[in-house]
Amino acid sequence: MTARRIVILALKYTALSIAALVTMSPLIWMASATVRPPERFYDYDFFPPLDDWSLESYRSLFRSINFFAYLLNSVFVAGVTVVAQILLASMGGFALAKYRFAGKKLVMLLMLSTMVIPAEVMLAPQYQIVQALGLMDTTAGLILPTAVSVFGVFLFRQAILGVPDELLQAARIDGCADFTIYWRIALPLVRPMVGAFCLIAFMGSWNSFVWPIIVLHRDEMFTLPIGVSKMIGVYREDYGAMMAGTFLSILPVIALFFALQREFVSGLTSGAVKG
Amino acid sequence: MAIVPSIPDEQAPAAAAAASPGARRPRRERSSVWPYLFLSPFLAVFAVFGLIPVVQSLVLSFHVTSGPSAMEFVGLANFAFLLEDPDFHTAVINTIVFTAASLLIQIPLGLALAVLLNEPSLRFRNLFRFAFFVPHLVGAAFAAVLFTQVLAPRFGLMNRALGAIGLPDDTRWLQNADLVMPAVILVATWLGTGFNMIYFLAALQSVDRSLYEAATVDGAGSFARFRNVTLPGIRPVLIFVIVITTIFSFRVFELPWLLNGGMPGPDNSGLFIITYLYQNGFILGDLGYASAIGWVLTIGVVALALVQIRISRTTAEGAS
Repeated sequence: MTARRIVILALKYTALSIAALVTMSPLIWMASATVRPPERFYDYDFFPPLDDWSLESYRSLFRSINFFAYLLNSVFVAGVTVVAQILLASMGGFALAKYRFAGKKLVMLLMLSTMVIPAEVMLAPQYQIVQALGLMDTTAGLILPTAVSVFGVFLFRQAILGVPDELLQAARIDGCADFTIYWRIALPLVRPMVGAFCLIAFMGSWNSFVWPIIVLHRDEMFTLPIGVSKMIGVYREDYGAMMAGTFLSILPVIALFFALQREFVSGLTSGAVKG
Repeated sequence: MAIVPSIPDEQAPAAAAAASPGARRPRRERSSVWPYLFLSPFLAVFAVFGLIPVVQSLVLSFHVTSGPSAMEFVGLANFAFLLEDPDFHTAVINTIVFTAASLLIQIPLGLALAVLLNEPSLRFRNLFRFAFFVPHLVGAAFAAVLFTQVLAPRFGLMNRALGAIGLPDDTRWLQNADLVMPAVILVATWLGTGFNMIYFLAALQSVDRSLYEAATVDGAGSFARFRNVTLPGIRPVLIFVIVITTIFSFRVFELPWLLNGGMPGPDNSGLFIITYLYQNGFILGDLGYASAIGWVLTIGVVALALVQIRISRTTAEGAS
């Protein structure tokens, strides 16, 4: 019995380790490709010995594309998008969770019905609207259509429903205005949802490709996914530089994931079960 | 059924302490101007970039456009043309093949990993979980750039690994029309499996442990326990994951597009529905035809989701 259990346990660890290795190997391989010296690129399968490390791929990356301009654009766009989505979604969620008002049912119905429609259906009219507003090839045109998240409003509504009415009532008796109740009481109490949604919104903006490629035309406006992926065609032979660009582009998301890991997993799954 | 300890549990004591005993009221009182103020920023942007576009895309789908303002009403001609457009047929078939493969591979694999990770005595669980989940953080666009190199013929990791175990090491994955689809499915599996696993793991952890003990006492083997305790326990999450995997797969675009260097691939082997929408709307400039494609996609996705939910309901009734 014990021998059998040990064998089963060993099999489980082996299966998990192989799966983890297969999943991680493209990323480890990518990291190794960024430090191989270009002239001996094919001599190594993974990392070269430490005395043969080279940063030439990074130099080549910064020479061939405006990496820092794209990085700055991505940081700015993602930062504004995340803050806008959290503010708009949490205020909307607060109103839908804690007030009764005329038109509430209609608002929820309209939101639900757009949720079943794939976002790509709206690409053509959004393009026309952004063009009519004269916002093509601008950061505002890039951010505005993605500043609202219907999904986010429902997530925040769900979380704020859990905030006890008595608490808000008490604050009101103490003379707090409604905005203060939202800002000082409801929002801090749903901090785990803020954290989770922060990562979801950041990833959505950081990795987004379709809308930026439609709106942006000038190279200096590009975000990282557009800027880095255009190397596929032009710098196809400069493998090290392409991998360096990709590697640097995904580091911020991984860092943010580590910072918000706990909130993220709970926030991600709560929608699924209560949804 | 709450998988995650929800906020009220944590805050309830604080609330009870803060609320004055006599001030209990069932709900917030009469409507005021505040809910409208709170909703207005969201509603303003939502109306301009959400509601109006939905209506406008329906209008557009009955028009032919060229350039920003030239629109000509054509009735149902866009939809009629789609029915006979061989490229659209290719896109639909590719999308269906890709979606079926995603469902058949990612869901069992994600569930298997979650079951392995759910072992109570397992060590390094967080490390394994991170390893499986990290591809989701990479995102489709960067994953596509990465895998153009992983799948490169000469020095790519894929061919090197195949060579190391004695298989042919000179496969041209992305240049051969027959291999583009397997390559896209491979990268999608890498991207999506860990995401599914996170949901399955959370669901597994919510299954009542005493049910397993009771089943064991009744003499149920591990397979019987999985079938009769685990699967019913995670059913709602399983349905959810199936539906969102279907929707995500139907919307695949940048992965095959970038893997093929910003093209639909050799012999349209990497042509998917959104690829075709993008090409028609934003390369050829026919926003009307693009909108028609979008609405056909919507009908397909909604119909498929309804069928999946219906099937899972009837099997649930049959099992109980």
